[in-house]
Amino acid sequence: MQVKQAITINGAPEELYRFWRDLRNLPRFMKHLESVTTEQIMGQPAADQASVGATSKPVGRPTRDGRSHWVAEAPAGTTVEWDAEITEDRPNELIAWRSLEGADVDSSGTVRFEQAPGGRGTVVKLEMHYHPPAGALGAGIAKLFGEDPEWQVKEGLRRFKQLMEIGEVIKTEGQPAGRDSSTSRKYDAAVRG
Amino acid sequence: MGKKDVQVVDVPDPQILNKRDAILKVTATAICGSDLHLYNGFIPTMEKGDIMGHEFMGEVVEVGPGVKNRKVGDRVVVGFPISCGECFFCKKEMFSLCENSNPNAWIAEKMFGHSPAGIFGYSHLTGGFAGGQAEYVRVPFADVGTVKIEDGLSDEQVLFLSDIFPTAYMAVENCDIEPGDTVAIWGCGPVGQLAVRCCFMLGAERVIAIDRIPERLAMARASGAETIDYEEEDVSEMLMQMTGGRGPDSCTDAVGLEAHAPGAAHYYDRMKQAVMLESDRPYALRQAMLACRNGGTVSVPGVYPGFDAKIPIGAMMNKGLTIKTGQTHVQRYFGPLLERIKQGEIDPGFIITHRMRLEDAPKGFDIFTNKEDGCIKIVLKP
Repeated sequence: MQVKQAITINGAPEELYRFWRDLRNLPRFMKHLESVTTEQIMGQPAADQASVGATSKPVGRPTRDGRSHWVAEAPAGTTVEWDAEITEDRPNELIAWRSLEGADVDSSGTVRFEQAPGGRGTVVKLEMHYHPPAGALGAGIAKLFGEDPEWQVKEGLRRFKQLMEIGEVIKTEGQPAGRDSSTSRKYDAAVRG
Repeated sequence: MGKKDVQVVDVPDPQILNKRDAILKVTATAICGSDLHLYNGFIPTMEKGDIMGHEFMGEVVEVGPGVKNRKVGDRVVVGFPISCGECFFCKKEMFSLCENSNPNAWIAEKMFGHSPAGIFGYSHLTGGFAGGQAEYVRVPFADVGTVKIEDGLSDEQVLFLSDIFPTAYMAVENCDIEPGDTVAIWGCGPVGQLAVRCCFMLGAERVIAIDRIPERLAMARASGAETIDYEEEDVSEMLMQMTGGRGPDSCTDAVGLEAHAPGAAHYYDRMKQAVMLESDRPYALRQAMLACRNGGTVSVPGVYPGFDAKIPIGAMMNKGLTIKTGQTHVQRYFGPLLERIKQGEIDPGFIITHRMRLEDAPKGFDIFTNKEDGCIKIVLKP
């Protein structure tokens, strides 16, 4: 399964690259990811992760080696985990990563940061591949990326843009409503899919 | 709670959810003509329990840590588009096209190609934000979306800065009025009434206002317009006569998708709407495009959500019309229009015909949509 999406963001390629290159930031905008850690493989999360509540724009910190450990939400409240490595890293231009051999989930991604024409910031182009294994585990993995992976990825990019341009993702969860839930399962991107 | 079913219910108080939020205690709010499209079931993605209302003002009772220019106790009017102030469109002052304020951009993108800004209380297509027909409301990006009001101005004088006064003004600006121009306005609802005043403010020589409700036509005449009652007269013929055969220089459609028209065209559109073949009834827009003079401008503040509607595209092309339209960039007009109110040039409150308590909102919706009891604009006080 392959997904390609692009978005234009006010901000220099360097800022966007720096935030993304600290892979621990990915769960802040990729909803299906619970955590990405880089201090140790299979270890605890890093101690000084950029604070979500800060009023200034979030700043990333490059990892020391290219290895990372990913944890994603899976159906029925479970999680699935795999290790990955950076396969290509061209500062301010491109980051490519892929899961290590033998991982439960075979996945890879490439993100490009290009100057937008006319000085209009940066075009971010994301390509992601997932090759779920066969069998029950595979079917579960396929589900975890949603029925519409293109949609998931695009929503992730939208959230990334908000983090970069305004420092947080705008939300409606927790607002008043004349029903039990503040949001709509059917329509609200934050809680559907 | 459903089509033609609004209720006043108790809900939890709003909270600060994002850093640039503020919480407002609402002192005055109104029902908009476009709220009627929600009420009458023309806008998709409403959910039972959604809180409506995008025209509101009040007193700030709480601010998030990111709001630097407002504090508790400030009296503010809130603009209906929610705008971050930082994106490509906000920086160009195209606030109703903000790229970051619609958490459900995916829906609008499917319908329109790209998503406009989030809007208060206007279905999940525009973000599903709780609206301001309430005692309290959460205002995202309060540092961009509000205008501060000093003492000496009543709520009724400034409430309409939230939507309909900037909407009328932008619609008339979009008419590109030149000295000597005649402007025709379809629809003498609140936006149309304010548009009549704005036309004269912006230098129109003559304004012709079109409607069928006697008190609305009378109010337009009191503002200096000549009027056409479309149930008594043929609009196209009258406009032809009144403009010496050339047509109005600019035409404004302040009616939108729920247009009413006498005769066969109306039933055609209602039938097609009923079987969902056509989502909008662009009767006013069709007339405007046909009546407009060659090379003129058709300005469309009227709300249309649909995908297709039969409009005379041949007239548009062959007469070289300019079409200007859009959801109002309210924040752009806060300063200039507040100034005009302060200078006494206009008191937008002249359109208010009914004042009710928030509890009476269901009755308000009913008389507004049925145009009963001389209703032109209702203000609700919580």
